[in-house]
Amino acid sequence: MQDNRALNRFGHGNGQPLSLASRLFLAIGLILLAGGIIVTSAALAYGHQAARDAFDRLLVGAANQISASISIVDGTPLVDLPVTALELLALAREDRIAYRVIDPEGVTLTGYDELALPPTQQDVSFFDGTFAGAPVRLVAVRRHFAERGFSGTVTTIVAHTTIARQALAWDIARNAWMMLAVAGIGMVALAAFSIRSALVPLKRIGQDLLRRDPKDLTPLDIVVPRELRAVVDAINRFITRLHQQIDGMQNLISDSAHQLRTPIAALRAQAQLASEEQDPARQSEIVGRILARAVGLSRLTDQMLNRALVIHRGDSAVHTRIDLRRTAMAAAEVFDDGAIFEVGRLRLDLSETPVWIAGDALSLEEAVKNLISNALQHGDGVVTVSVIRQPDEALLHVHDEGKGMTAKEARQLGQRFLSSDQHRTNGTGIGLSIAHAVANAHGATIEVDIASNSGFTISLVIPLQLQEHSP
Amino acid sequence: MIRQVIVMLAAVMTCSACIAQEDSAVFGPPTATDTLVVRSTTDINVFAPVMQDFLATRPNMAIAYEQWGSNDLAALSARHCASGADSADLIISSAADLQVQLVNDGCAIAYKSPATEALPTSRNWRNEIFGITEEPAVLIYNTELVAPDEVPLSRFDLIDLLRPADSRFVGRVATYDIEASGLGYLFAFMDSLQANTFGRLLEAFGRSGAVATCCSAELIDAVADGRYLIAYNVLGSYALARADKDARIGVRAPSDYTLVLSRTALIPKHSNNVGAAGAFIDFLLSGAGQTALGQARLVVKIGGADGSDFDLPGGGPSSLRPIALSPILLAGLDQHKRKIFLSQWRQNLRQK
Repeated sequence: MQDNRALNRFGHGNGQPLSLASRLFLAIGLILLAGGIIVTSAALAYGHQAARDAFDRLLVGAANQISASISIVDGTPLVDLPVTALELLALAREDRIAYRVIDPEGVTLTGYDELALPPTQQDVSFFDGTFAGAPVRLVAVRRHFAERGFSGTVTTIVAHTTIARQALAWDIARNAWMMLAVAGIGMVALAAFSIRSALVPLKRIGQDLLRRDPKDLTPLDIVVPRELRAVVDAINRFITRLHQQIDGMQNLISDSAHQLRTPIAALRAQAQLASEEQDPARQSEIVGRILARAVGLSRLTDQMLNRALVIHRGDSAVHTRIDLRRTAMAAAEVFDDGAIFEVGRLRLDLSETPVWIAGDALSLEEAVKNLISNALQHGDGVVTVSVIRQPDEALLHVHDEGKGMTAKEARQLGQRFLSSDQHRTNGTGIGLSIAHAVANAHGATIEVDIASNSGFTISLVIPLQLQEHSP
Repeated sequence: MIRQVIVMLAAVMTCSACIAQEDSAVFGPPTATDTLVVRSTTDINVFAPVMQDFLATRPNMAIAYEQWGSNDLAALSARHCASGADSADLIISSAADLQVQLVNDGCAIAYKSPATEALPTSRNWRNEIFGITEEPAVLIYNTELVAPDEVPLSRFDLIDLLRPADSRFVGRVATYDIEASGLGYLFAFMDSLQANTFGRLLEAFGRSGAVATCCSAELIDAVADGRYLIAYNVLGSYALARADKDARIGVRAPSDYTLVLSRTALIPKHSNNVGAAGAFIDFLLSGAGQTALGQARLVVKIGGADGSDFDLPGGGPSSLRPIALSPILLAGLDQHKRKIFLSQWRQNLRQK
């Protein structure tokens, strides 16, 4: 986390964020650097230990040889210094050598007086000191004599400068470091390779999008690694939404053209007829028809625009928690003033408890309005709007006492231009289409009951929102 | 302790050739601004041509050359190493063991150059001590008194020569008195490390009443005079120099093995003229220096090749045993070791 922040800061310092490759390289570099320091110091410590062990053996070997060469001659120890002991020590070519043999009273028998005595009284003890200004490693070996003329302990001290030890320690550390460097180079190469291959699918997505025909709004069909599936899915969802929006717009345009052309042509023909009519009574009758047509045309235009709005909202509006009874009441209110239909033809039959659903109040209201309007216009008798709460769904029925629609019409339900009479300007097609689009946007369905003999029922079936506290 | 022994030994020296500062001379112009103090065991007149060659291209340099006995020089250098005063700038000695000891005791400073790097490891230890010459230990004989077919080619021949009780060589074979001569001691000690030939040789010396006497010059003189017929382990450089002038001296490198000693140079810790000392070492190791040393008979080529001073019948160059500069040489200087070795020697040779 810390690293990422540092990387980002570093990147922004240059005005541009760091490339993925640079980030990875930097991260690997930091890991290698830290690893290098740790490994080098560990290797150096190990090297020191290994070199110390190895050369201590040499040292004690030489000391034992010298110690073994001591014999008692005329009651005093005599050291027949073995050349092989010095040869052993001379294996470390650059190192200087010192030795000292001490009798039980601490008097030097032979060798260098100046060598330090061991700090402990063990039979073999290693210690550090100096000789002629240089650091040395020393070993003291004690040999116990119990002979006729002499008894006591003779101590042999051998010292060796530490050049070969240091060289070996560094050699071991350097080898470890070299291994690390090789591994590091390998890691960087491997990282470069994997970064490149990891970025290939991204490049492919980009190329695919660039190569596309501007009108091609089909989803991307690229095989990508699992990690990039989300990106491709997001792009595809976006493309699909774009596709739907453009479809909606295209539909609106063609609907409008189709729906408006006929009534406007008719209006024009009527107006022309009126302008040519000499008889004022007939002319007035024609004007009445023109007015009726204009009212119809105005409602049609309203519906079309509403539909466009509903479709747009279906894609974008945020769903809130609403009471379906309130939606039904608001929709029915529009028809209650008697301006369009006579008072009393519309009845409400609502559940006594709230019926909570998740949805867009405005578009739902529009859908219900269209269902009621269709029933009032094309149905017979009393129109009943009822809201019923079922265990996991809400039902909104619009019932009239007429014959309803045929099975064929029911199958085509929801298609855009459907009207039992194609030439009627105030057709139900758009109304049902709106209702259908809204239902789709809410995960709801439109159902019709054509089997019933007691009139016609069209229903909106919408899932209940069961949780009390969701958005 | 070892140093004390050396000082003690120096004090009890009886040999006339081994007394404190034997001679001194200054080479180079009196106007010289740069003086190199060299203390050496080599005779001034032997080394003078080499120094003059070196100074020929250095008009501002002079060499103050002091000639010392090897034990005295080692003791003096050890004293100067401890006190820091009166130090030489360069020490050249034939006593490789004592020089190695100075290095081991931290009394030398390192010097590195292409010339020193090119030396074999047997002639360079720690970049502090350099073998500048190649001088074999040889047999010399009186050419008038020893017939050519009698001249021993190897130590085995010498032992055989001494074996008959009525041999005319009885009492007339000499070698160094190793108690008096550091060089003789070094050669004898190296012999003792080579093979069990040494024990048999010592035994033969003892049986035949061989004589131990001091110093190269005396040995060579005595052989030339006919007092001794054969001298063993004589330093080849002196023997050849004399043989060049005196036909009575014959020289032979033993073919079983030939010890080769290098005179060693080291720059003491308290040298005041390290630069000039290094330059002199480089000169000595250079082609010109080696040629000059060769003319002084200090570099002796062995092995039968063209331009070599000896051939080695049977042995060839593989029988050369350079005395390697290494702390192994310290063994011979050990007080007890020396005591044991000398008592063994004394049991076999009579001194004179």
